[in-house]
Amino acid sequence: MSEHEYQPKSKFGKWFNDRLPLLTLTNHLTDYPTPKNLNYWWTFGGILTFCLITQIITGLVLAMHYIAHADMAFNSVEHIMRDVNYGWLIRYIHANGASMFFLAVYIHIFRSLFYGSYKSPREIIWILGIIIYVLMMAAAFMGYVLPWGQMSFWGATVITNLFSAIPLVGEGIVTWLWGGYSVDNPTLTRFFTLHYLIPFLILGLVVLHIWALHIPGNNNPIGIDIKKPSKDTVSFHPYIVIKDLFALLLFTILFAAFVFYSPNVLGHADNYIEANPMVTPAHIVPEWYLLPFYAILRSVPDKLMGVIAMLSAIFILVALPWLDTSKVRSAVFRPLYKQFYWILVADVLILGYVGAMPAEGLYLLIARIGTAYYFAHFLIILPILGKIEKTTPLPLSITEPIFGGSLNAEPVRNRENSQKL
Amino acid sequence: MSDQKKVERRDFIFTASTVVGVVGIGAAAWPLIDQMNPDASVKALATTEVDVSSVQPGQSITVLWRGKPVFIKRRTENEIMEAKSVSLNELKDPQKDEDRATNPEWLVMLGVCTHLGCVPLADKGDYNGWFCPCHGSHYDTSGRIRKGPAPTNLEIPKYKFVNSKTIMIG
Repeated sequence: MSEHEYQPKSKFGKWFNDRLPLLTLTNHLTDYPTPKNLNYWWTFGGILTFCLITQIITGLVLAMHYIAHADMAFNSVEHIMRDVNYGWLIRYIHANGASMFFLAVYIHIFRSLFYGSYKSPREIIWILGIIIYVLMMAAAFMGYVLPWGQMSFWGATVITNLFSAIPLVGEGIVTWLWGGYSVDNPTLTRFFTLHYLIPFLILGLVVLHIWALHIPGNNNPIGIDIKKPSKDTVSFHPYIVIKDLFALLLFTILFAAFVFYSPNVLGHADNYIEANPMVTPAHIVPEWYLLPFYAILRSVPDKLMGVIAMLSAIFILVALPWLDTSKVRSAVFRPLYKQFYWILVADVLILGYVGAMPAEGLYLLIARIGTAYYFAHFLIILPILGKIEKTTPLPLSITEPIFGGSLNAEPVRNRENSQKL
Repeated sequence: MSDQKKVERRDFIFTASTVVGVVGIGAAAWPLIDQMNPDASVKALATTEVDVSSVQPGQSITVLWRGKPVFIKRRTENEIMEAKSVSLNELKDPQKDEDRATNPEWLVMLGVCTHLGCVPLADKGDYNGWFCPCHGSHYDTSGRIRKGPAPTNLEIPKYKFVNSKTIMIG
């Protein structure tokens, strides 16, 4: 945080700010020095904030019309679609908004992976981000249950049954989660409550995420430490705000294209059939954003080990700052990591694809290879790569490659000293 | 730790109040946790009576018990023979057919795949029994797991014949 003392201009502003320093906070946020070379991959933080707010507002409206009861939920959703003024629009924004939220969060995460944003001193930002991501998955899963269609019901059954893999207490935990002996009305009402709660938990964690970000400041595409403020930085407002808004505009075009032209393309037709505990749909698939983890779950022939593998695939990310042993952040200067990065991207996409296919034959084989590679990337490749990779020279500052000379003599010297050690 | 601190009365009070506090929080938390377990109205639906007089050999019916489907299958001679002829070494979860169907003509079991809880389809799969479409588990004519990710046989609920044509489940 910049240490200069801020003083509001107006007398009232000064009076108020002395009692609650909101204006100091606003000033910190607008003047906040930001690396001038941030590219469009850095706009997804703002886009994600937009997604969260959109989900909260549309969700609030839907909750005014939705009835969380096993006998009425399905019909109340149809009531929203047909009778409520603009109900169709609000529900389609909410349903597609979940997908757009995940699209943005995956880009945000993979941006971090490419530019090494998870590395020291930003580990806490990264871990908070992983917690937010896990909560997003929980919220999305429970939200998908609420319309009480066939996919809702059987998705809920399969996912809650994952806990039955836990030895000894598993069955008891599943019964406790259900509030009965199967997914039924008690399950629906508690999922609705939690689905309403989680976004506000996420909101709180987003505040911490941004707070933690503002301690070291943004990473940047070349991943070097920079002096702040300096000729390497611009103020957050208006420079970054305008860039974020432009990116958001493009993002909302894509969002609107889904909402208005193909609102159901990301959903599943079976969810327009009311939940029936006697019949399982022929082919159960989770929403697209969970498919890579679903593929990992199914690739392991043992029930408990499959669940462990799936959870490990998510939580291994928490250890990433320590698994990646390279001191260089940005993949721009890591010729080998850059290639492995793109292999990982391909691996996750392939896992997503086979996750949507039946778990047999060639698909199962691909899922197994993909799963093995996913873990190898984090547990074998990254630790070794940091030791053996020959990185290309880092520039001394953001402007150095263009103007020569260094604005950042101090951080560079620190870096060189730390490398000598 | 060279300078050993003497245990004082204050330390005792500190430890004792912490213990009381933890127990108190635990006691206050328990109702909040236990309220999520099955309530009295759910437990009250624990038994179901089913009239099976119209079920012909080879046919099966599915009834709902505790929100879960229960398969009641009247097996043919062939199916019983097939189930009895399997040697126990071939089974992933070894269980004799006699132990699963006390009256061999009637097989009563939960229609819930032991993998992740889907409803298996009847008369399908490699063993002429049931097949779960979700993740590909195959069950034989005794509802025993033969192939696929499910760890155990289809569960047999508690049931009894009230008379020759009525089964009470639960």
